[in-house]
Amino acid sequence: MSFMQINDLKVYYPIRGGFFNTVVDQVTAVDGISLEFEKGKAYGLVGESGCGKSTTGKSIIGLEKITSGSIVYEGQNVTHNRRGRGSSYNRDIQMIFQDAHSSLNPRKRVQDIIAEPIRNFLNLSPDEEKRRINELLAIVGMNEDAKLKYPHEFSGGQKQRIGIARAIACNPKLIIADEPVSALDLSVQAQVLNFMKDIQQEFGLSYLFISHDLGVVKHMCDHISIMYKGRFVESGNRQDIYTNPQHIYTKRLLSAIPDVNPVGREERKKERIEVEANYTANHKNYYDENGKVFDLKKLSTTHFVAMSAHEKGGI
Amino acid sequence: MNSTEQLLSINNLHTGFRIKDTYFDAVDGVSISLKRNEILAVVGESGCGKSTLATSIIGLHDHNKTRVEGEIIYKGINLAKLDEEKFNKIRGEEIGMIFQDPLSALNPLMRIGDQIEEGLAFHTKMSKEQREKRVFELLDQVGISNPKRIAKQFPHQLSGGMRQRVIIAIAISCKPNIIIADEPTTALDVTIQAQILDLLKDLQAETGAGIVLITHDLGVVAEVADRVAVMYAGQIIEEASVEELFANPLHPYTRSLFNSIPQMNSENEKLQVIQGIVPSLTNLPRTGCRFSARIPWISEGMHEENPTMHEVSPGHLVRCTCWQHFHFESEEGGITR
Ligand SMILES: Nc1ncnc2c1ncn2[C@@H]1O[C@H](COP(=O)(O)OP(=O)(O)OP(=O)(O)O)[C@@H](O)[C@H]1O
Ligand SMILES: Nc1ncnc2c1ncn2[C@@H]1O[C@H](COP(=O)(O)OP(=O)(O)OP(=O)(O)O)[C@@H](O)[C@H]1O
Ligand SMILES: [Mg+2]
Ligand SMILES: [Mg+2]
Repeated sequence: MSFMQINDLKVYYPIRGGFFNTVVDQVTAVDGISLEFEKGKAYGLVGESGCGKSTTGKSIIGLEKITSGSIVYEGQNVTHNRRGRGSSYNRDIQMIFQDAHSSLNPRKRVQDIIAEPIRNFLNLSPDEEKRRINELLAIVGMNEDAKLKYPHEFSGGQKQRIGIARAIACNPKLIIADEPVSALDLSVQAQVLNFMKDIQQEFGLSYLFISHDLGVVKHMCDHISIMYKGRFVESGNRQDIYTNPQHIYTKRLLSAIPDVNPVGREERKKERIEVEANYTANHKNYYDENGKVFDLKKLSTTHFVAMSAHEKGGI
Repeated sequence: MNSTEQLLSINNLHTGFRIKDTYFDAVDGVSISLKRNEILAVVGESGCGKSTLATSIIGLHDHNKTRVEGEIIYKGINLAKLDEEKFNKIRGEEIGMIFQDPLSALNPLMRIGDQIEEGLAFHTKMSKEQREKRVFELLDQVGISNPKRIAKQFPHQLSGGMRQRVIIAIAISCKPNIIIADEPTTALDVTIQAQILDLLKDLQAETGAGIVLITHDLGVVAEVADRVAVMYAGQIIEEASVEELFANPLHPYTRSLFNSIPQMNSENEKLQVIQGIVPSLTNLPRTGCRFSARIPWISEGMHEENPTMHEVSPGHLVRCTCWQHFHFESEEGGITR
C-alpha cells in the first residue's frame, strides 16, 4: 500500500512581461503526472534537462505552487497545506537540492546548517545535537573540522554532502533527492549511495531519486519514470525500462549513455546518430500534433507507455 | 595550424588558500601541458584541487586570500603573474571558462540574453544586431529549444541544466583558444550531454582550441578525452593517453576509482568505496605518498619517501612506486595485473 499519492499534478509558471509586468505567457513545467510512493521503495525520475523534474520535487515539498492536481499523504489531502507549521509532512518529506551551493546559507556555519532541521523538529539537548551532527558528518564522509567552516570554503562535492547530511538529519520518510551524487567522485558517490540504501532498508525510507545517471538510477531504483516536456513517456520497473524500453525517447536516452571504454567511440557515435535519425523520423507516432506526449497506456502490471491509441493497437 | 603546438604549459603550480594566517596549498606542485586540438581530462577525488587548478589558470581568485605561485605559460607570458587589466582582455576572449557552479557564475538580476551579449560587446566589434543574432544562435547550439523566450528570462527561471548550458554558451561565445570546462555536463541528460560534447568537438575542429575537461564521469572521459591526468590531494598522480589509462591504470588511487564504478548489472551489490576520509586542506599529509593512508594494508616500505613521477611507458607517468606492490584489500598480495 502506498502512503502517498500524487494525482495529475500540474505546475505552470507565469511569465511576466510588457510595460505593466503582467502575465503574458506561461511555462507548462509539469503537465499532468501521477506517482505513488510505497514505504521502503526508491522511485527514479529521469528525463531531458528542463523537462520538469526539479519542479516536480519542489512542488511536492511545497516550494512551488501547484496549478492543479492533488497530493494525498497518509490519507490526508495536503495539496494546499504542504508547509503548514508543525505538520508532520514538513518533517517527513525532505529534499536534497540540485543546486547545493545556493541551497546553503552562505552566512551560516556548517554545524548550524545541519542543525537547522534538528532544532525545528527534534528536541535534543546541546550535547545530543553535537553528537548527531558529528554522526551525520561521518556518514557523508567529512571531517569534524568542517563544522566551523562556511559553505564557500568547500568544493562542489563537499557542499553536496552537507546538503545530504541536512536532509537525513531528522530521519524523514521520503527524501526527494535531486541529483544527489552528480557532483561527487565515484568513491564518495559509492559511499553515499551505499548509505542511502542502508537507511532505506533500516528505516523503510522511500526516495524520489532524480538523476541523469542511468547507471546510478538502475542501481538504486525499483521503479523508474521517464519524463519529457512535463509528462511521463514511460514508467516501469528496472527490467521494463532497461531491457524492454518501448517509447522512442527512452530508447534514445539509453543509447546515449557513455560507455566507460575509449575503444569503439567512433562506432558508438555513428550508432547514436542513427538512433537520432530514427527518433526524428518516428516522432509523430509518439507525440500528438502539438508535440505533447500522449497519455500513458498500461502494457503490464508494472509497465506503462505513452502512445496513441492507434500505436497501442499495433503492439 | 600546428596540431602539436603547445598552448598552455603549467610548471610547478602552487595555489594556496589562507586559513588563519597560514596558506594551505590546494594545488600542490602541478605540472601539466595542453596542446592545440587536445582534450585533456582531469579527474580526481572531490576536494583534490581540480576547480582550484581551473580558477588559477583563469586568474579568478580572491587575491587577498589566495596565493598563486609557479608558472602558467600562455603565449610566452606567465598568467600567474599577470595584472588584472591585461587578464580581463584574455579572459573570455582567449580563455573561456565553464564554471562548475552555474548559478553563482550568473548574475541573478540580469537577463540571460544580456549576460551572453556582454562578453560579445566587450571582446568583439559586432553590432548590436549581430550580437543579438549570435545570442540566439548560441542558445540554439547548446540545445535550448526556445531561445527567444529564454533570452528574456532570469537565471532563477531556468532549470539546472539550462543554466549550465547558458554558461557553456558564454564560454564559447568568443571562440577562445582554450576552454576550461569544470564539470560541464553534470546537470545534463545523456542526450544533451552528447550534443554538448559534440559541440565542443566541432568548435575545436574549427578553431583548434585546447580543452581542459574536469569531470567525475569516466564515461565522458572515455568518449571524448585524448589524455587524462588523475589528481589526488593537490597533486597529479598519474597521466596517460586515454586508451592507455583505461586499459592499464596503475596508481592505486586510479585503480580504486575504476573499481567504484557502478556496474550496469549490480543492483543489489554494495558499491566499492575507498576507505578513510578525504583529507581536508589543513590536515592533508604533505610528505610521503599521500594515498598511503587510504591503503593501509600496503606496507610502508612499498612507498617512496618523496614520491615523484616515473615514466613507465612513453607518455604514461605514475607517482610513487607503490603501484608495483598494490592489490585490493580483498585480494591476495602481490601484483595482480
Ligand atoms: N575559498 C576557499 N577557501 C578555503 N579552502 C578552499 C576554498 N576553495 C576550496 N577550498 C578547499 O580546497 C580544496 C580543493 O577544492 P577544489 O574546489 O579545488 O576541489 P575539486 O577537486 O574541484 O572538488 P570537487 O570535485 O568536489 O568540485 C578543498 O579541500 C576545499 O575545501
Ligand atoms: N521560477 C520559474 N519561473 C519560470 N519558469 C521556470 C521557473 N523554474 C523553472 N522554470 C521552467 O520550468 C521548466 C522545468 O524546469 P525544471 O527545473 O523543473 O527542470 P528539470 O527537469 O529539473 O531540468 P534539469 O535536469 O536541467 O535540472 C523549464 O523550462 C524552466 O525554464
Ligand atoms: Mg533540475
Ligand atoms: Mg570542483
